[in-house]
Amino acid sequence: MADDPKPQGYGIKLALAWSFVGIPLAWGIVQTLINALKAFQ
Amino acid sequence: MFSFLDRERTIASPGYTRWLIPPAALCVHLCIGQTYAFSVFNLPMTKLIGITRSAPGDWKLTELGWIFSIAIFFLGASAAVLGRWVEEGGPRRAMFTAALCFGGGFLVAALGVSIHRLWIVYLGYGVLGGIGLGLGYISPVSTLIRWFPDRPGMATGMAIMGFGGAAFIAAPLSVWLMAKFSTPIHIGVAETFFVIGLIYFCFMVVGAAIVRIPAPDWAPAGYTPPAQPRRLVTTQHVYVYDALKTPQFWLIWWILCLNVTAGIGVLGQASAMSQEMFKGRITAVAASGLVGLFSLFNMAGRFFWSSISDYIGRKSTYFVFFALGTALYATVPYAGAIGSVALFVLCYAVIFSMYGGGFATVPAYLRDMFGTRYVGAIHGLLLTAWSMAGIFGPVLVNYIREYNVTHGVAKAQAYNSTMYIMAGLLIIGFICNVFVKDVHSRFHMRAVEADAEVEAAPVFGER
Repeated sequence: MADDPKPQGYGIKLALAWSFVGIPLAWGIVQTLINALKAFQ
Repeated sequence: MFSFLDRERTIASPGYTRWLIPPAALCVHLCIGQTYAFSVFNLPMTKLIGITRSAPGDWKLTELGWIFSIAIFFLGASAAVLGRWVEEGGPRRAMFTAALCFGGGFLVAALGVSIHRLWIVYLGYGVLGGIGLGLGYISPVSTLIRWFPDRPGMATGMAIMGFGGAAFIAAPLSVWLMAKFSTPIHIGVAETFFVIGLIYFCFMVVGAAIVRIPAPDWAPAGYTPPAQPRRLVTTQHVYVYDALKTPQFWLIWWILCLNVTAGIGVLGQASAMSQEMFKGRITAVAASGLVGLFSLFNMAGRFFWSSISDYIGRKSTYFVFFALGTALYATVPYAGAIGSVALFVLCYAVIFSMYGGGFATVPAYLRDMFGTRYVGAIHGLLLTAWSMAGIFGPVLVNYIREYNVTHGVAKAQAYNSTMYIMAGLLIIGFICNVFVKDVHSRFHMRAVEADAEVEAAPVFGER
């Protein structure tokens, strides 16, 4: 059984799942960069 | 009641997209990686009675340091002992159990803080949370490798990158929550533990709900498994406890241990080291910014190097770590001597990227050596190398620095010999890597065993 090259109906699920983990991580990275930049000012 | 956790219930339906699996793994790793940020609680926990400063009866920093150490010990121990159960029970059961242990550990620790009993905090975050850490760390590894047979390094790198990046979320979130729950007569550590425990439990359960294992005959579109095993990439499987009998396991154990020892040793000292090597040029505030920057490289390196390893091979990737790492560690004293902050930062940034890369590439290295069947459990056993390195690395750096300073070496040069010793450790790692060959066929599982369902695998003591 091969993977469906373009799985149907997963677009929203993929967007939700990646946003669920991506947004907190991006927020954390931005906070760290802001603190790092403050440190060099 | 808990049949939804069964391995059979997690088999993906046809057409299921494998790109849902990395976020499932990240749901777990972005939570358990919080342990890297646990130190934000240390200072507030020394003032729970005195509020503005430590009072008699308040906990000491040395006592609080044990919370993290116990958690790391139980991470290694649970990953080693429960690895086979994780493999055979399936990822959902393991992730859910990890969520119960890790989230529950925070709740128990919250009770310990609120009634001011340190042993309950040790039991909660240290023991229970540590078991959650170990289970959570290894639970998605073999699942990711099975979903991404064409790019196993990239797949496991994504999850382990989450572990490295979790502190970026946990540190500001914890500080913010403590500020919200604190009053002039109370420090809100217990409430923060309680809320953060619930948040992490829910987040990890989402991962457990999303995760699926591929059907036995599934393969990615366009992917043809190699008919013949490639050099250093097996198509066979090695039973978890048979892996311990192979020289390859112990060589990779030392490879991980030495790579981590070198990295972890300077990780904890990066702030002090940069200030002492560049006195007057790097302030304490700037040093904290540098540490944040290095942590970003640590996280990014996990994804970058593990993805690269899919193209150049695992053995070559570790050769790069050890050869380039040796050169960079040896260059750090030179950067200090010529007063080049830029060279120092560049060396450290690459060193930390390779420190993270070493963690992220090792599951795929194990898969290449021992096959996919028990790779998660074997990875669990290998994590004892991390525990060992966590003790050796900081002790080595601190002891050598102290020895140099007490023997009259200027603080700016006190780290030079440490750097050369770390370079030496990496040379030993390079030599270990040279000796990694294919696993002998006598260790391979028999065809009947390999074809059987995981549930039918031999039980303890049968082999």
